[in-house]
Amino acid sequence: MVGGPGCGKSILALQALVEGARHWGEPAIFVAFEEAETQIHSNVARFEWDLPTLQKKKLFFLDAHLSSVTMQNGPFDLSGLLAGLSAKSKRMGAKRIVFDGLDILLSQLDDIVAERQEVQRIHEWLAESGLTGILTAKSDGETSSPSRRFGFLQYLADCVVSLNHRLVSGIAVRHLRILKYRGGSASTSELPMIISDRGVEIGYFEETLEYPASSKRVSTGIPALDNMLGGGYFRDTCTLVSGAPGSAKSTLAGAFAHAACRRGESTLYVSFDESGSQIVRNLRSVGLALGPHVRSGMLVMHSVCARSKSSEEHLVLIRSLIEKHHVRCLVVDPLSALPNATGDDEARTSIERIISYAKRSGITILATSLLANSDAVGESTAVGISTIADTWIHLSYNIQGGERNRALTIVKSRGMCHSNQVRELVLANSGITLTDVYTSGGDVLMGTLRWEKEERDREALIPERREAESARRALEVSITETTARIEELTRDLGGKATELKRLDSERLTDADSKTAHAGRIGGMRRFKGASPKKSPVRPGRVKRA
Amino acid sequence: MREVSAGSGHGTAAKAKLVLRLYVAGSAPNSAAALSNLRALLHSGTSNDEPVPFEVVNVLREAARAFEDGVIVTPTLVRLHPLPVLRIVGTLSDHDGVRLALGLEE
Repeated sequence: MVGGPGCGKSILALQALVEGARHWGEPAIFVAFEEAETQIHSNVARFEWDLPTLQKKKLFFLDAHLSSVTMQNGPFDLSGLLAGLSAKSKRMGAKRIVFDGLDILLSQLDDIVAERQEVQRIHEWLAESGLTGILTAKSDGETSSPSRRFGFLQYLADCVVSLNHRLVSGIAVRHLRILKYRGGSASTSELPMIISDRGVEIGYFEETLEYPASSKRVSTGIPALDNMLGGGYFRDTCTLVSGAPGSAKSTLAGAFAHAACRRGESTLYVSFDESGSQIVRNLRSVGLALGPHVRSGMLVMHSVCARSKSSEEHLVLIRSLIEKHHVRCLVVDPLSALPNATGDDEARTSIERIISYAKRSGITILATSLLANSDAVGESTAVGISTIADTWIHLSYNIQGGERNRALTIVKSRGMCHSNQVRELVLANSGITLTDVYTSGGDVLMGTLRWEKEERDREALIPERREAESARRALEVSITETTARIEELTRDLGGKATELKRLDSERLTDADSKTAHAGRIGGMRRFKGASPKKSPVRPGRVKRA
Repeated sequence: MREVSAGSGHGTAAKAKLVLRLYVAGSAPNSAAALSNLRALLHSGTSNDEPVPFEVVNVLREAARAFEDGVIVTPTLVRLHPLPVLRIVGTLSDHDGVRLALGLEE
C-alpha cells in the first residue's frame, strides 16, 4: 500500500486487520515502524473500532520504531524480528500482519542491496508463514507509484494499492487505485475515497442501473402543480427545480418537504445555502409550517457549507443521515452548489451516485439548481444534472409592465403526461398557488397586466350578457304564451270531440227509435186487417208474442 | 542462552560500571559479526584491565523478551548502564565509533 504522507495508508492497513478480527475472528499483528502505538491509537480513536478490546486477544501491536537514541554501526537485519513474529503468530493463531512504514526502516539501512535483501526476506517469510501481509510505504510526492527507491517492492508484491490525497479546486480529495492485482481481475480505475466515522470508505459505482420503478405518486405540496403533473411526482424519482436566484426554488422544495411530513414520511432537507431555522422562517411566510415537523423529528435539517468538504464526503454524510433516520424524501437545495464548489467531474460522479443510491432505496428526491441565466430554452444545467432528473421544473421571471412575476414550466417529466403550459406562480401568506396565465392575442400576461386584461374582458362581456339575458327573457315569455295557447286549443279540441261523440250517439238512438217506431206501426197495421204477406215487418226485428 | 564472558584485564575501577547486552539472531551472519566485533573491541579497549562483561541474548530463543526490551532488528547492542540507555544496531564494525559511543577509553 503506497501513498504520500497523510493518505491514510496506515489507517487502511489497520482497518484490514480490525475488520478481519471483528467479522471473521482472525487474529492479527500490526508491526509499526513509523508511529508509536499511542500515536496510532489516537489516530484511530474517532473510528468505531474499539481497539483496546481487540487488543486483548485478537490484535497484537508491536512498536517497532527505532527510537532516536539508536545509533547505527554496521548493517543489521530483520531475521530476529521475523523469528520473533513467527513465534508470536503461532501462539496467537494470527492470519494477517501489517508492516507499517517499512520504508522508514529500510532507509536506515542506507544500502540498496541490503534493502532488497530484507524485503526479499520478508517476502519469503510471509510465504512460509502463511500469513496475509500488508506493507505500507511512502510514495514520491503526489504521484501514485511508489518511490523509485522502493520500486522493487511493487514487483515483489502480489497486489499494489495506491492512495493519494490532492487538491481539486482548493478542496482536499482522496482517491484509491488498485495498481496491480495478481491472480484476479480488479477495477484499476481511480475511485474516490473518504475517511468517515467507520474508517476508510470507497465510492464504488454499482454497475447496474436496475431498480424497481414505482407508479405511485407523491404530492408536490401544491395542489395546482399536482394537477399539472397528473397527480404529483413519481415515487423514487428525482425532480429538478431550476431557476434564477430568488425564483422560489426553495419554496417549492419546502412545499414538497411539508407535504411529505404531513404524510408522515421522514424527510431530510440538505441545504448548502441557508441554515435550517432560516428556511423554516422563510417558508412560514407562504403558509408552510415546518417548525413542528422539525421538532418532532420528522423533518431533519442538514445545513452545511459546500466548500467545507469534498463532494464525496458530503455524499457519505448524506447517506449516513438517510440511513440513520430512515428517510423517504430527500431535498438537496441547491444541488448545483456541489459542482460549483468542488469541480465538475468530482461532483458529477458523487451526485450520480447519491441519486442512484436514493432511487434504489425508494427515496423520492427533489433537487434545486441555480442557473446563471434565466432562459429556460435550450440550456443544460451545470454538470448536466438535467439528464439525471426524471422531472424538470423550471422557474423563471416574466418582466412586463413594470412588474416581475414568477412563471413555472414543466420542461420534462418522464413517464407521465404533463401540462405544457406556462403558469404563473403566486406566493401569498395563505399558500402557494398556480394560476392560469392569461393569453390574449398572442401575448402572455401575468400579474397586474393579467388582472387588468381580465377585468376589461369581463367588462366587455357585460353588454353581451345583458343582451343575452333579455333575449332569453323574451323567449321565455313567448314560450309561456305559446304553451298557454296550446292548452286552450287542446281544450277546444277536447270540447269538439265530445260534441262529435254526442252527435254520433244521438243519431244512433234516433235511428233506433225510428226503426222501433216503424215496427210498431207495422205491427199495428197488421192488427187492423192488413194482409200478413204485406207485412213490412222484418223478421227477427220485432217479435210479437 | 546466557553467557557471561569477561574482557581481559582487571584493575581499579575508576569509571562507572558498564552493563552491556547484545541481542543476536542465533548465528545469523550480521549477528555473528557483531559478537566477534564486540569481543574484539572490548578486549583491545581496556588497557587498565577492567572486566567488561556483556550479556548475550538470542532472540530466536527468547523472542518475547526481545520485543519487551524494544529490540527490533538484530544485532542490537544495548548499554543498560550508565544511563541513558543507549542502543546500537548493526555489526559494530566501526570499533572506534562503538567505543566512543559507549564511553570507553581508547
